[in-house]
Amino acid sequence: MKRTPLYEQHIALGAKMVPFAGWEMPVSYGSIIDEHTTVRTAAGLFDIEHMGLIDIAGKDALALIQKVSTNDAAKLGPFQCEYSILCNEKGGVIDDILVYRLNNGYRIVANASNTDKVLAWLKEQAKPFKAVAIEHNHKLGMISLQGPSSERIAAELTGLFLGGLKKNHCLPWGEIQISRTGYTGGDGFEFFVGHEKVVDLWKKMLGMGVLACGLGARDTLRLEAGLPLYGHEYDDETTPLDVGYGWTVKFDKGDFIGKEALLKEKQKGVKKKLVGLRFEDKVIPRHGCKLFNDQGHEIGVVTSGTFSPTLKEPIALGFVPAETLNTLLVEIRGKKFPVSVGPKSFLKNPL
Amino acid sequence: MKISEELKYTSEHEWAKIDGKAATVGITDYAQDQLGDVVFVELPEVGQMLKQKDEFGVVESVKSVSSLYAPLSGKVTAVNEKLKDNPSIINKDPYGEGWIIKLELPGLEEATHLLSADQYLKALGL
Repeated sequence: MKRTPLYEQHIALGAKMVPFAGWEMPVSYGSIIDEHTTVRTAAGLFDIEHMGLIDIAGKDALALIQKVSTNDAAKLGPFQCEYSILCNEKGGVIDDILVYRLNNGYRIVANASNTDKVLAWLKEQAKPFKAVAIEHNHKLGMISLQGPSSERIAAELTGLFLGGLKKNHCLPWGEIQISRTGYTGGDGFEFFVGHEKVVDLWKKMLGMGVLACGLGARDTLRLEAGLPLYGHEYDDETTPLDVGYGWTVKFDKGDFIGKEALLKEKQKGVKKKLVGLRFEDKVIPRHGCKLFNDQGHEIGVVTSGTFSPTLKEPIALGFVPAETLNTLLVEIRGKKFPVSVGPKSFLKNPL
Repeated sequence: MKISEELKYTSEHEWAKIDGKAATVGITDYAQDQLGDVVFVELPEVGQMLKQKDEFGVVESVKSVSSLYAPLSGKVTAVNEKLKDNPSIINKDPYGEGWIIKLELPGLEEATHLLSADQYLKALGL
């Protein structure tokens, strides 16, 4: 089991550690609900050192990225990033990623659970190009400061003016890159930082009153914002269009892997869609719970479910046929409960 | 981790406080810590007859869901109504305010086979 450079910090803070994608990670330092609420109202700090960092270098770096990902990386200015998707030939998702354009090349941030697969895929696809995919050998990692107070805290910490740093833009702070990105549906900053400096940076931010938050809150935060997670909403047979992420697929940018299949799906119309599911009952639908229509036919499945600390209600995401409009039933432990279908995000004012 | 010498335990992390032919039942401090924030508790009906090891309810936390098993056979005489609106009392006070059900026991034979505090700690490997 791999450990991040912050492992000792987590233990000292009394974190409950769990195995996650081959890493020993903190799920919570006490209460997931407290951590979640702090990120929605102030600021929290996450160890995301387990995320995969892969640099793409060489003359054809951009051409390779354009070939393997659905979004248009040619539009990225220096120190910008975009959300994008690596698809297979069938349009199924290999991973959802961030693509950064840095000063001398590109960097991909991959899901921890997919890093090895993504690296192998990129190396294979790089063969016809003058480009290489290099994993960061775990010398560089990320920590993530998230919440409405994060701009004030990051500015105080760095002495930089961050009010002008737009979402999906980066700013260098010495050797550290600060990126206005996150996975909570709210404001936040992710720090690319060398392993020799990360413990110091982590301690400094906690010393400024930021709460350490674990993977449990990371999951409830992303789910409340309706953000898909690989292995739940994405897999190699689900396309970006199924998830409602057509905006990440730029058909006009030239050829890319999966284009033909995705174009066909777009022309025919998607068969399924990802929706937000809302409940009256005090019971939580979890990954794999079946969805039924009012005639009792099984028509869909829950992909993620949890308790929303903001709404104080159960929430879930699930796939249903594209034409589904309103009320369904969900089966939980053999009993059926009514569920209403709505938008993916459960936050009333999109952040 | 808190543990009370005067309670009896099961390896499924329930506790029982036996007082004559009545028993109060809850989950242990270890169990609530493992679950994390409890958000819903599914309770049985008052009057329901339970056999030892019957599933009588469910505790849902943010991350997971766990079944509750009757540590003893008996008739449910009360359920903790406070848990319906304030399930987090299980986290705050698992052996007190966070009790789950009360049972009327047909006899005391079964209770002699429950774990003592020491035996429960050993079962946890602590």
